[in-house]
Amino acid sequence: MIDQKKSISVEEQFIEGEHTYGTITDKIGAIPLSQHQPKSWFLMMGASLLLLGCLVTAITLLLFVGVGIWGVNNPTGWGFAIVNFVWWIGIGHAGTLISAILLLMRQRWRTSINRVSETMTLFAVMCAGLFPILHLGRPWLAYYLFPYPNGLGMWPQFRSPLVWDVFAVSTYFTVSLVFWFVGLIPDIAVLRDNAKSKIARGISGILAMGWRNSAAHWHRYETLYLLLAGLSTPLVVSVHSIVSFDFAVSILPGWHTTIFPPYFVAGAVYSGFAMVLTLMIPMRAWYGLKDMVTMKHIDWMAKIMLATGLIVGYGYAMEAFYAWYSGSFYEWAMMKNRALGYYAPFYWALIFCNVVTPFFLWFPKVRRTLWVLWIITIVVNIGMWLERFVIVITSLHHDFMPSAWGNFRPMLWDWAIYGGTFGLFLFGMALFMRFVPMLPMAELRHQLHAEKGEREARESEQEREPVGGAH
Amino acid sequence: MVKSLFGVVARYSSGEKLLAAAKQIRGKGYNNVEAYTPYHVEGVVDTLGNKDDRVTWIVFFGGVIGASLGFLLQYYVAVIDYPMNVGGRPNLSWPSFIPVTFECGILCAALSGLVGMLGLNGLPRPHHPIFDAPGIEASGRDKFFLCIEADDPQFSMESVKSDLQATGAESVDEVMSE
Repeated sequence: MIDQKKSISVEEQFIEGEHTYGTITDKIGAIPLSQHQPKSWFLMMGASLLLLGCLVTAITLLLFVGVGIWGVNNPTGWGFAIVNFVWWIGIGHAGTLISAILLLMRQRWRTSINRVSETMTLFAVMCAGLFPILHLGRPWLAYYLFPYPNGLGMWPQFRSPLVWDVFAVSTYFTVSLVFWFVGLIPDIAVLRDNAKSKIARGISGILAMGWRNSAAHWHRYETLYLLLAGLSTPLVVSVHSIVSFDFAVSILPGWHTTIFPPYFVAGAVYSGFAMVLTLMIPMRAWYGLKDMVTMKHIDWMAKIMLATGLIVGYGYAMEAFYAWYSGSFYEWAMMKNRALGYYAPFYWALIFCNVVTPFFLWFPKVRRTLWVLWIITIVVNIGMWLERFVIVITSLHHDFMPSAWGNFRPMLWDWAIYGGTFGLFLFGMALFMRFVPMLPMAELRHQLHAEKGEREARESEQEREPVGGAH
Repeated sequence: MVKSLFGVVARYSSGEKLLAAAKQIRGKGYNNVEAYTPYHVEGVVDTLGNKDDRVTWIVFFGGVIGASLGFLLQYYVAVIDYPMNVGGRPNLSWPSFIPVTFECGILCAALSGLVGMLGLNGLPRPHHPIFDAPGIEASGRDKFFLCIEADDPQFSMESVKSDLQATGAESVDEVMSE
């Protein structure tokens, strides 16, 4: 019993500084209720609005003119839309991993970062969902994707991974939203009780739905929260697996491999953690959250990036090896084209960003130097985007018959719509910072209690047992 | 409106003190007792006898029903209403129906869990008498409250107050509600 306690109590402090339940609540709860935001917030909001304007313009033009304004062609019909879809949805996955999988594994350090990463998931999935819909050509008929009784007498083809995708992504978004909102209810109740302005009190009062912190409430709430984590865990794995089926179920060289599902999921977590760090490093400085989002959190997230980066690197190696070892003429030709052909610079840039860069994370000094780590996270994000680009484009542009080959070049509007989704993403995150408690207050209070209990147990143990005391 | 007595509420400074107090109060035979705490204090629900595992079953059956409906939909489409020969596969090519069945199950489980949790907690609810307790907002910050409700069969003002005081409460107040 004593041994067990000792082994869990080492290094289990994730809230630094002298905090009480009250100071934690005041610190986090004051941000959405205050009228003042840091200057950087206005900068972020301004930049996001510019990009959002760009997105609206690009989508409007697309609706009037059609997908011809993009660089898509035959044979490369998928182009930027699918590259960006896979990239954004991958980023979303880290949020669910942090909130659900780390919860089930009792990784308490997730508490400080789960709200931010879940919110990131929601907006990343919104950005992702936009692309396949716009890529339909006639986005106003997107409801055709869902099964509903209609005058045409037609149904979706349930044997197609593209239809699975519709179900996977819409379920993923809904469940993530439910998980996020359930986690938020007690914190909205805190805002309701502390808000000074009538509007803030009204809105938070409606959203808190009468939550009153009673023991019976907490009991059912905790049960549901744990169950939602249990549901989200297989869900998140299924979503990116199904996204990878879009590729793997086809017969195209470079796509038709069984390694795709695990390799896509690892890549998703990799890019997602990079994005969480990209957001978290400036946010904790802007809002003075360094006591709750400590260097230990940053260090551990960087380690997860390193681990998933190695899995992704292994995936690249296996892809290349099996292209040769399979003996398939087309697979090997695809691999040679990838590494030496028209898009070779993209491939080698991807290898640099995703395989070489994470090796710097072996050094503790790099993981703890924030500006270096921040740059690495950006590089990894670029690298993961290049990976999606290389997978989608190189397989499509050279498939089997040389007569059907062709090159893809992104156009201005490809870039505009891609850049524009950053506007949507940052706009959402800026609204979140302004109006929602950024860290889960109730869970942090619980964690503070657990840490205090452990510290006290440790101290009393030391008093009881002299050095070298028997266990 | 005439105000009536909802109960008597005692305030504590920590979860441990609240839990100890809850045990004492329950030991004295009070039944209609509820705690209000800044976080989920383990053990309080068991002490107060409010344990409720129905959310688990709601989520389970929600998932089973969702998955069944998802599969039935695909069966109806692929076998009955719109059979289509894809690469010579049988109409009921069930392995390719697994992903959608799974997603439907998860979706219904999560949504029924949300509705179930809120419903069993009696939410949304615009007002509750406990909100009239003095200083109850602190239950979302750093104070722990224990309330003996007036409809408890054993309720009598003097003994309730002295019993709560005996548990080491920081303060003991009457809750008058409209």
